Amino acid sequence: MPDAKISLDDVRHVAKLARLSLDEPRLVKLTGQLESILGYIAKIGEVEMAHVEPMAHALPLHNVMREDVVEPGLPLEKVLSNAPDTDPPFFKVPKVIGGEEDSAG
Amino acid sequence: MKPDLDTLIAARDAVAAKRVTSTELTRQAIDRITRLDPSIQAFNSTYADRALEQAKAVDSGKVTGPLAGVPIALKDNLCTTFGTTTCSSKMLENFRAPYDATVVSRLEAAGAAIVGKTNLDEFAMGSSTENSAFRTTKNPWDTSRVPGGSSGGSAAALAAGMCCASIGSDTGGSIRQPASLCGIVGLKPTYGRVSRYGLVAFASSLDQIGPFTWTVSDNALLMNVISGADPKDSTCFPSAVPDYLAEIDKPLANLRIGIAKEFNLTHGMDPEVTAAVNEAIAVYKKLGATIVDVTLPHTEYGIAAYYVIAPCEASSNLARYDGVHFGHRTKEPVKDIIELFSKSRGEGFGDEVKRRIMIGTYALSTGYAEKFYVNALKMRTLIKQDFDDAFKSCDVILSPTSPTAAFKAGEKTGDPLQMYLCDVFTVTCNIAGIPGLSLPCGFTSGEKPLPIGMQLLGPTFSEDKLFRVARMYEAATDWHKRRPAL
Repeated sequence: MPDAKISLDDVRHVAKLARLSLDEPRLVKLTGQLESILGYIAKIGEVEMAHVEPMAHALPLHNVMREDVVEPGLPLEKVLSNAPDTDPPFFKVPKVIGGEEDSAG
Repeated sequence: MKPDLDTLIAARDAVAAKRVTSTELTRQAIDRITRLDPSIQAFNSTYADRALEQAKAVDSGKVTGPLAGVPIALKDNLCTTFGTTTCSSKMLENFRAPYDATVVSRLEAAGAAIVGKTNLDEFAMGSSTENSAFRTTKNPWDTSRVPGGSSGGSAAALAAGMCCASIGSDTGGSIRQPASLCGIVGLKPTYGRVSRYGLVAFASSLDQIGPFTWTVSDNALLMNVISGADPKDSTCFPSAVPDYLAEIDKPLANLRIGIAKEFNLTHGMDPEVTAAVNEAIAVYKKLGATIVDVTLPHTEYGIAAYYVIAPCEASSNLARYDGVHFGHRTKEPVKDIIELFSKSRGEGFGDEVKRRIMIGTYALSTGYAEKFYVNALKMRTLIKQDFDDAFKSCDVILSPTSPTAAFKAGEKTGDPLQMYLCDVFTVTCNIAGIPGLSLPCGFTSGEKPLPIGMQLLGPTFSEDKLFRVARMYEAATDWHKRRPAL
């Protein structure tokens, strides 16, 4: 079997990349699960595929174009209608720069 | 639905002949939902008033079409401008889509009355519908068992007679496996046959929308309505859609049925499933079919390739849930935008969705993308070649749909890998983009007999042939006439 040793730190790092906040017990549980799943998945590496082309999807479709004409998009109020917080015409988010506490809302 | 009106074409014809009004038919579906759904739990939301309005429009002659007046249910990952589109996720609990999925527009334009939206594994990730954030759907044949998944709500709604047909989506078996476990017909069309516009994306190169029905002809009718090019989905193939009903009763001459030795599992197969499928092969022989041995050498790598490709695409697709544009936002204090993303996602997604995002993120991360993702895409090429080669010597490949009949709720939730391995017969079809159909081929023995399904796989865009081959078997057997006692 190919190696697939996963550490708790690996899982913590991937959770950070994935923008997922996970508590410690979940991280621990995921470490074992990812190790077993990735261990299983790694068996693809057993097959000699150096000269095989990767296939992104199964259809012979390339560069589907349409006429370059303006068509109506979604009206602004519909675009914003599901957002947790807005200040039309903007989506509202906490302060991105600076370190003040509790800038939500 | 009343027994003689519970199938799509029968109900539609009865409305057209004025033997029943669409209002009566729709009312029957709604009454049945009111009576049975508290125990089956197939629906996330119902739309009685809206469905009755459409029924009235059909009864007054204002709306006509090939589905005029029949009640239909939709999987709750199809966008509708009415009600909510939740994907059975806390993330989208209150999401109201700003547009209709193309499939939804086509169904309504054809006269269908949409009675409700059905439960699924969160974001269609699962094989039992137990990953829903809202409810656990029960199998109508035995309510202690799962209906399969991820389209378990749509399959159970039909099997319980709460609609005349339903719509699901299939990324690795999510239509065929629940169809098999609920004793109905389910089709995963060729990739690109049906528009995905308005289907909430899970794995974009694998997802397809397809119908659940009691009969093969009903399935063909729904495919006539929902298939075909759509300017809003550039992966929807531009080729013309044949009339799938035109020759459906005409047996395929010189039918060659392929049996792949790699689908002959040594572990995990229920012997009753094997026996039912062998019996079905015998039926085809009697109907004049030739049985051909074929080989699909890379089948054993199918699940591995699938559980790289699907999570990689999912981790990218689900990046849109950021607590900013739509969906759940954390109420906790956050120090910056990254923490807003992480906490919102941590709270909004369930365990299986998190697990798949983690697998996908890992497999795409620096240093691992080549080993996992690129290798899985190469494996995809080999799996597609396997099918291309096999279909040179046969018209369809026959296999079980699922290694077992419906399993008990809670039986497989503890071990994700064991749950993934249930998909062994179904995932390669999505990887290769070919169509696959599941139809009932028997029942288990025992006090509460459970349905058994078989799968027919065909080459790209061979739905017309698949329907005819399935119809040959259906016409020679009675399994499709059985109903659960409810």
